[in-house]
Amino acid sequence: MLALIPLFPLLGFLVNASFGRRLPKMISGGVASAVMVASFVVSAVTVWGLAGLPAEERAIEQTVYTWIASGDFVLDLALRVDPLSAVMILVITGIGSLIHIYSTAYMHDEVDSEYARYFSYLNLFAAFMLVLVLGANFLVLFVGWEGVGLCSYLLIGFWFKKPSAIDAGKKAFVVNRIGDYAFILGMLVLFARFGTLDFQQLAAMVGAVPPEVGVFGVLSIASLLLFIGATGKSAQIPLYVWLPDAMEGPTPVSALIHAATMVTAGVYMIGRNAVLFSHAPGTLMIVAVVGALTALMAATIGLVQNDMKRVLAYSTVSQLGLMFLAMGVGAFGAGIFHLYTHAFFKALLFLGSGAVIHALHGEQDIRNMGGLKKDLPITYWTFLIGALAIAGVPLLSGFFSKDELLFEAFREGHTVLWLMGAVASLMTAAYMFRLVFLTFHGERRHDAPAPAHQLEDESAAQAHHDSLGDSHGGGAHPHDAPPAMAFALIVLALGSVLAGYVGVPHALGGHNQLAAWLAPSFAVPGAVAEGLHVVAESEVALEFTLMGVSTAIALGGIAIAVLIWLRRPEIAASMARRYPGLHRLLLNKYYVDEAYDAAVVQPIRMGSEQALWRGFDIRVIDGAVNGAGAIVAGSASVLRRLQTGLVRTYAGSMLIGVVVILGYYLWR
Amino acid sequence: MIPLNHYLIVSAMLFAIGTTGVLLRRNLITILLSIEIMLNAVNLTFIAFGRQLGSVDGQIIVFFVMTVAAAEAAVGLAIVIGLFRHRESLNPDAFAALKW
Repeated sequence: MLALIPLFPLLGFLVNASFGRRLPKMISGGVASAVMVASFVVSAVTVWGLAGLPAEERAIEQTVYTWIASGDFVLDLALRVDPLSAVMILVITGIGSLIHIYSTAYMHDEVDSEYARYFSYLNLFAAFMLVLVLGANFLVLFVGWEGVGLCSYLLIGFWFKKPSAIDAGKKAFVVNRIGDYAFILGMLVLFARFGTLDFQQLAAMVGAVPPEVGVFGVLSIASLLLFIGATGKSAQIPLYVWLPDAMEGPTPVSALIHAATMVTAGVYMIGRNAVLFSHAPGTLMIVAVVGALTALMAATIGLVQNDMKRVLAYSTVSQLGLMFLAMGVGAFGAGIFHLYTHAFFKALLFLGSGAVIHALHGEQDIRNMGGLKKDLPITYWTFLIGALAIAGVPLLSGFFSKDELLFEAFREGHTVLWLMGAVASLMTAAYMFRLVFLTFHGERRHDAPAPAHQLEDESAAQAHHDSLGDSHGGGAHPHDAPPAMAFALIVLALGSVLAGYVGVPHALGGHNQLAAWLAPSFAVPGAVAEGLHVVAESEVALEFTLMGVSTAIALGGIAIAVLIWLRRPEIAASMARRYPGLHRLLLNKYYVDEAYDAAVVQPIRMGSEQALWRGFDIRVIDGAVNGAGAIVAGSASVLRRLQTGLVRTYAGSMLIGVVVILGYYLWR
Repeated sequence: MIPLNHYLIVSAMLFAIGTTGVLLRRNLITILLSIEIMLNAVNLTFIAFGRQLGSVDGQIIVFFVMTVAAAEAAVGLAIVIGLFRHRESLNPDAFAALKW
């Protein structure tokens, strides 16, 4: 039963990869969406069954087969669903299905074979992500972990005729690989210490040793290495650089990577190993600080970017930073809660931006947009809901999760981290509404491109970023999202409003069902879940205060955006003029790419060229090969004198040879 | 009865004469003849040993050798004629094209 969940998308991948070329779009897109919906149904049934069990026994395990059996070491390809993976599979299959449905319309201008290729990758991506969250041990998780890395490379570089897309794909792959290296080391450390890779056994063993307070022992090293792996997958400092560039892929792919799959893997992995991480307070502190720094840094960059999708990309990095902040202060439930609500509104925002880009034939620069509210009403309203949710306006999903996250950070005594998170939230509200205002409000700054330079030929069309042809537009009036896209947008908008109500805090009269649901996943198996934070009476007041602060932050951020980008657009320009250095620094993303290039890429390139190529390869390798040739040629030039061509000489040497051999046998 | 050693000595002398002819003479036909002498020296040895040991094996091998020698003479002479047509010479040193 459990195996069916990843098998359905895998089946879709196989169908589209094998026969997709000959299938019409209707079928290849339909199959891909249908398998995702089927997987969602199976997941829902599974989770329903899980919910029927008593809280301590909520885990269903299925061993597909024994993968590795070598002496004492036995590793099963085992899947396990517990409350944490239950949330993840619902998010992945649910939001994944919507993204697939949306894609059927968004990618409609690709030729049939490309269309099928796209959907086969998309299905494979979902399948690997499901393996990742369902794996019952580290190695199965790692299969999914690597698989999503591969699929992100394939999808980011989907338009492989465009050099920037290829580069972005390679960048994502290489940066992820750096993190994965640390991840493997972390697994090996754990295996060397505990002799098992099964999550439950590991948690039980780790739970038996005392937490490493004040020391940096094996647990801290292992968890730190795992966290480095997570920074690669989940785009945290220092390995976040691939995510903004991942915008080169088709927009629904960005939605899939940012919302349902891939980037959530790191957060999930920490949640899955909550026991391990909470036994390594040193690592947890690092996680929290890195998360807060990432949230703040990405938010500042997001304020000035002009590419619609890049703004969203930096907001993802920033929100992921907040999730890691929550994980780092030990509020695993709050982190997963934010992951879950974030999946809704970030998918919504990306798909909304995709609808805008679709309507404008590939235009992504918000300086060339504006005034789209009238032409794209569905997109506008759904995008607005998404923006309100991510800003943390009360009663929408983002408010509950972000508030719980910041409240936990404050309650655990990390005031500085809380402040950083709060400032990041303020900036989030500001730049999201900057995006809304510049895109949908004000005057049109966009001139519809003349049909003449659309689709000159097929390769040019593919080379042109997000070039969607002129079959939809036709004239200056952009058209709103087609039905399949509108459907996904509306469902996600409903989700963005309602998703938070599973985690209404006690202070507001709710029961925070999500935290209670997740708690067994973060505790030592078998032990009584003590992680249920019962908020004391004295803390209710604190929570209300912080809620007020959060609300003020959200509304304040929006107010700033209204003032700067809606009422008086000249303020933004004058601020940029007054602080040109700062503006340039932010616009160029703190020059991190350039710094990495100078610090890592160039030294490696120089080292490879000067030392390895010119030094070792040319001197040593080529020297050995050419030297062998020279020795043979030199000795041959002497020895070939023996080859006289005179028959009698040969006969004479034969005679001498025979005499010598006979003599040897006679007189030895 | 003549002892075995005498046959062997004659055979060895014949073989030496043949070898010397192969190495020293400068006429291809003479060289072929010298080879025949060497073969016959070997034949003599076989016969002598066959008789000494009371076995017919030696004679059988000699028949084989004679057959091969006949064939060899035919092929060898054909080659010599071919070579002569090519170079107007029977000196083996004239045919040194297959050197380095």
